[in-house]
Parts: sequence; structure tokens; C-alpha cells
Amino acid sequence: MKKLINDPRDVVAEALVGLALAHPDRLRVDHDNAVVYRAEPTRPGKVALVSGGGSGHEPLHGGFVGLGMLDAACAGQVFTSPVPDQVLAATTTVDAGAGVLHIAKNYTGDVMNFDMASELAAESGIQVESVVVDDDVAVEDSLHTAGRRGTGLTVLLEKLVGAAAEQGRDLDAVTTLARSINDRGRSMGVALTSCTVPEVGRPTFDLAEDEIEVGVGIHGEPGRERRSLTTAAEVAQMLVDPVLDDLGTVSARERAAIVMLNGMGATPLLELYLMFGEVAKLLAARGIVPTRTLVGSYITSLEMAGCSLTVLEADEELLTLWDAPVNTPGLRWGA
Amino acid sequence: MLTTEKAAAWLDDYARVIHENAAWLTDLDRQIGDADHGSNLERGMTAVEAIPREEYPDAASLLKKAGMTLVSTVGGAAGPLWGTFFLRFAGALDEPGDDATVVAAAMRAGLVGIVQRGKATEGDKTVVDALGPAVRVAEQKASQGASLADTLTAAAEAAAVGRDATIPMVARKGRASYLGDRSAGVQDPGATSITMLVESAARTLA
Repeated sequence: MKKLINDPRDVVAEALVGLALAHPDRLRVDHDNAVVYRAEPTRPGKVALVSGGGSGHEPLHGGFVGLGMLDAACAGQVFTSPVPDQVLAATTTVDAGAGVLHIAKNYTGDVMNFDMASELAAESGIQVESVVVDDDVAVEDSLHTAGRRGTGLTVLLEKLVGAAAEQGRDLDAVTTLARSINDRGRSMGVALTSCTVPEVGRPTFDLAEDEIEVGVGIHGEPGRERRSLTTAAEVAQMLVDPVLDDLGTVSARERAAIVMLNGMGATPLLELYLMFGEVAKLLAARGIVPTRTLVGSYITSLEMAGCSLTVLEADEELLTLWDAPVNTPGLRWGA
Repeated sequence: MLTTEKAAAWLDDYARVIHENAAWLTDLDRQIGDADHGSNLERGMTAVEAIPREEYPDAASLLKKAGMTLVSTVGGAAGPLWGTFFLRFAGALDEPGDDATVVAAAMRAGLVGIVQRGKATEGDKTVVDALGPAVRVAEQKASQGASLADTLTAAAEAAAVGRDATIPMVARKGRASYLGDRSAGVQDPGATSITMLVESAARTLA
């Protein structure tokens, strides 16, 4: 294992120290609870958004705290969900009377810990709603699995729902919007290399030099199949087809979408732009117009090489929310 | 009557076993999950070891504190599941009956809590595959008038059989379920570590 760390057990705590020092104008960190807050308290009457999950996906979630996105992010250990105490502390702190929306990704641990926290928050009189993101088409959504995993769509959802909360929409409206975004977006990833959890010290999975894992999860979970490395054009096809098939895009009419081509941590922007070029051609052939795009590393898997594609069908409302000002360490425009 | 000393010995013994096996548990999880089960449980049990025992007057209050500590420190799915087990186990200790009956009923309460939280059933390749048979055998032994020692020894054997039965299973819950058929052939890490908990109980509670 070759990493810029001190003690593997201190990685998350020490990264939070650096995050706070890097962005003192925008962020405040509760180091005891490992929760990242906005520097300013929640505006009275604004619905507050609390997300969180295992660390190792930076900038998600702590890097998306700030104007126009999250109010708080709970940092779990690497690839391990935060605990209910953290989520409860965040929920209690950011509630400004209009209630709190929890945004969790669909993993057994995350869902259980957020559930326990919302039960406790509700007991103390805070209005809490939850949305569980499950956009990864690599996993069949059936009774025989824990359901689709939450991946790249989480980034887009936190941006869009954050903008809606900033506009002053109430908790019901914000929750309904979050669920409808989850229904309209899908993702799929591919890994070229594995990643190494600091406390484990060796790669999460073994992948030969000439192999790729198609449909990989953001924790290095296996995907649909292991294949031989091939051209970017062919890999793009492996991502675009399942995503669009799942979205059910058969219409001949052109449709607008917000598209993210995301790096897993170790893939250079050069390759991500190259891949986006390939993806855009294939989307165009199926009538999808990437009206808004993100190309870069927004939801990573430590030092995994590879990328993921997220496609969210977008109407005028979503495009307007997308363009609204956002000012976070990980995403910033218009503010 | 389950004494505080016995409950503390159970926790300490389990912590020792988890320290010894953390790397192996994480390796099982690496094969079919996300490579953190051993390190997460070890972090939790280290926190449990640090609970000042003298502040807890009886077994129930100590085990309840252990459950809350696990929920607060483990994370992942194991935190809520192990925490819920201890909270419910502790909550059932005031039932009437001989020691074997009370402990079997407390194990049942813990299992019910785990099933409510995780929604797994036997055959899903989870902790329930080991704990379910262990509880059934414990109840059966206790109802036949067996001693606490015999009850827990039989329960530990049943847990181990259930644990081994997870090897060929295809996971239907948790991260292992993403593997589909590829999850077969590996022993479930959760079934493994819960079996260690029952084995610890057999060594310390009677």
C-alpha cells in the first residue's frame, strides 16, 4: 500500500482537519462527530439537507456542503456508513424549523443507520423525511438483492434538491422532488483497477492488467461482468446502453438530460474528456441531448481507476435548479 | 441470574476473539462484501472494553450500554444489527424463569431485533443463518430443563453448523447480494462473527 497517510486509523479524522483548514470561509467541522457543516447556520424556515456515507468518495459528501447544496454531511469511516449519533447530531444542528431531508445511498448499512437516526430525531420532535438514492443499473433491482446501489446520481440530486431548498420550498415539496429525480436518473461504472482501503492495506478486488470490471460499485463491489480491456468507444457503449435501456428511452424525439462523466479517483481528466466524447456520440444517436454536463471526479472510490456515467432526464424545472447558484468546495458556479 | 461479572466476562471474551480474528473476518468480507467487517467490529469491541464496568449495577444495564456503544462506533450494517441484538437481549433479562430459559428468551429477543432491522430471513446468507438455529436449539434445550452451560454449548454448536451452511448459499441481502451466484463458496462474515458471540457466551455465561 502506497498512500499519503499517517496512521491508517486516522485517515478520516485527519482529512476532516485539512478540509476545515482549506475552506474556513465556507465550512465548519464538528470533529467529535465527524460532521461537516456550512460556516453559517441554516436560514430560518429553510429545509435542511443532511447527507453522509462512508468516506473515500470525496468530494462527496463533505465537499458538497455549502450554499445551494447540503447543510451537513456525516463522514463515516472509509467505505463504512456513519453511525446514528452523527446523523442525529447533524439533523438536530441544522434543523431551522422547516424540517430535514436525509439523503442516503442504498446500501444496507447506510439505510439502517439513517433509519435509526430519523427514528431518534422524530422522537425529539424534528420533522424528518428520507430519500434513498438507488441509480446503479449494474445491479438488478429484485427481491434477490439489496436493490440497486446509490452512486453518481447522488451528486446531481444533492445539487438540484439543494437549489430547491434554497428557493424556500417546503419539506414535502423537496422530498417529492428528490424522489422524482431518483426515478429519472441512472448510472453505471467501469473499473480499470481496484482500490485499497487504508485499514485493509491491500486491494479490495483483484483485476488483471488487461481486465476491466463492468458495472463496478463505488466500493469496488463486483459488477455485471469482467471483460478484457478494449477501446474507449467500446467501453462507452458498455455504459450507455444499460443506462439508457433502463431509463426506457425509446422515443424518437430528442430529450434533454443532465449528464455526468465521473472519474473514480485515478483517471486523468484527459481520459474522462475522451470518454465523454464517445459517450456524447452514443447519446446523440439515441436522442439524448446532454444539455448540462459535469466531467470530472465527483464521486470517487479512493484511487480506483475508471469512470461512471450518470444520465438524468431533465425538464425545464431541473435545468433551472441546475443553473441556480452553488458554492461548495466540490461544485461552484453563479455564487 | 446473569451477574454483571458474567456479562462483563462475555463482552471481554468476545472482544478478545474479535481482536484475534479481525483480519480473517475482514478477509471473508473482502471476498463477498466490502472488506470492513473485522475492522468495524474490532473498533466497536475496543470501545465496549473501555466501558467503565463499575458504573453498571447489573448485567442488563451493562449489556444495554454495550449495545448503544456498538451502534455508535461500528457503523455499516453490523453496528445497528449487533447493537440491536445486545439492546434487545438486555431488555429481555428480567423475564421469569431459570437461567437457561431466561438466556434463551433473551437470545430470541435479540434475533427478533436483528430480523426487524435487517429484514433478512434464513437462507439469505446472513447472521440470521447462524443465530436462528442457535436460538431454536437454546429454546429447545432450556425447555427440556438443561443447564445454562449445556444450553449454550448446544446453541454454539448449532450456530457453527448454520455458519458453515452459509458457504454454498447465494446471498440475497447486504453487499454480498450484488455478487449474485459469485457469492456462493464463501462463508458469510456476519454468520461467522455472530457464531463467535454465541461461542463466547458458552464459555463465559454459565
